[in-house]
Amino acid sequence: MTILEFILWSLLKVAVVTVVMLLGIAYTVLLERKLVGRIQNRWGPNRVGPFGLLQPLVDGAKSFLKEDLVPQGVYKPLYLLAPILSLGCALISISVVPFGEPKIGPKGLDLFSISNVNIGLLVILGVTSMGVYGIALAGWSSNNKYSLLGALRASAQLVSYELALGLSLVGVVMRAGSLNLRVIVEQQSKLGIASWNIFGGFQFVAFFIYLIAAFAETNRSPFDLVEAESELAGGYNIEYSSMKFAMFFMAEYGNMINVGCVATLLFLGGWTSPFGDLISPPQNILAHALFPIMWFVLKVFCFLCLYVWVRGTLPRFRYDQLMNFGWKWLLPIAILNIVATSLWLAYR
Amino acid sequence: MHLIVFILFAVFCLAGAVNLLLQTHPINSALSLIVVMTSLAVLYLLLGAEFLAAAQVIVYSGAIMVLFTFVVMLLNAGREERTLGSKAAKRIGFPAVVVILGVLSTLVLHVEGLGNAGPDNPITTTEDLSRVLFHELLLPFEVTSVLILIAILGAVALARKGHGDHEPDNKSAQEGTVAK
Repeated sequence: MTILEFILWSLLKVAVVTVVMLLGIAYTVLLERKLVGRIQNRWGPNRVGPFGLLQPLVDGAKSFLKEDLVPQGVYKPLYLLAPILSLGCALISISVVPFGEPKIGPKGLDLFSISNVNIGLLVILGVTSMGVYGIALAGWSSNNKYSLLGALRASAQLVSYELALGLSLVGVVMRAGSLNLRVIVEQQSKLGIASWNIFGGFQFVAFFIYLIAAFAETNRSPFDLVEAESELAGGYNIEYSSMKFAMFFMAEYGNMINVGCVATLLFLGGWTSPFGDLISPPQNILAHALFPIMWFVLKVFCFLCLYVWVRGTLPRFRYDQLMNFGWKWLLPIAILNIVATSLWLAYR
Repeated sequence: MHLIVFILFAVFCLAGAVNLLLQTHPINSALSLIVVMTSLAVLYLLLGAEFLAAAQVIVYSGAIMVLFTFVVMLLNAGREERTLGSKAAKRIGFPAVVVILGVLSTLVLHVEGLGNAGPDNPITTTEDLSRVLFHELLLPFEVTSVLILIAILGAVALARKGHGDHEPDNKSAQEGTVAK
């Protein structure tokens, strides 16, 4: 494959994945509004299109058409940079996520992941850890007390929970012996659901630590202290309007999807079927290509529903509870999980 | 291709470093430092050290610099005031620093026989790195971790002294910042 072909294929993959990701973000918002509506015994959006399905498009048009205000007291360069940084980091992580069978495609081309990197997992962690600057800078540059409080909370919270998040993944990495996401998934593919890391790999403790830490990383309820409406009136994004506000909103949902993808890859067997080799893969090349993607999307979808369910159920943590929980419970349990997993791997 | 990327990010890195010194606002300086560290990560990647590059982004750009910006925001530090340094210091000081750095770096490179790595280095996998760290250099590694542990304990002890023992929540938050 020549370098020109490589660049063209890469551009094509990037374009397709970005469009799908943005659509996914838009419809995750709708999913959340619908599900939370049902949890709270009301209908949710149901006016625009059948079942309210066109609501995201209308919302998008609305935020584009609104006036773009820049308040006087803001520090302009960073105020403008912050939403770009937020959304950029949310969209970049998907570039190392593999979402389908590797060996389908012309000339040995990896059609179902933008790039296959040796250190894929670390790339995702690195990009996520850069994402906090979007929120921190937005809060600081807005020159507003509530924003600043939100930004301070975000920085402290993300640094604290990142540690537990990273350590919870070590068990999975030890089992696979690689940081490559494809290798990690293929290691779970044999027996279907029985060899997923969460069940067969005995990483369920790690899964729950990851789940909790990921909720905190994405600033979602019950860890949404960063934008706690009742205390900070919206937090870091209070001075933002129209599309800039929408970019923060999209970044939040993009991060949710990323977290769902990582959880699927690391704990739920990625694109492999839950029946493993019990059902032999279909002979038809199209079905062979599409079934794995369907499983992947289905798993991520279930994860997103879990997100919404938790949001509709749990009240918000208090700040000191958040810190205590992260440092005194999650972190030690994550370390214990690493010790237990390494003992198990050594004396198996 | 590698050379182009190398030059690009080396320029980013140097520009960030110069900007860090020239900016008067602390948050701009902190952001320039992030640019420096992230472009360093790219340079590591070009040298084939992929784990080091990822660790650089996660630890330095993602965690330590977050704490820097956190402190700048918390204290809401204002603009730095320019002092009028003496002209002699400017005329002699900067060339002197350049000369000393040049002499030191050439000496170190010659004596240690370093400086062979280039943009076409083979990739050092995480497995190779961990083999070196946990087999051949196990003792220095463990000694370093004990050193860091002592530093953490010392920092926690110092932080505790000022506050007294009545603020358990504050303490845990500080432990957090220190442990990173």
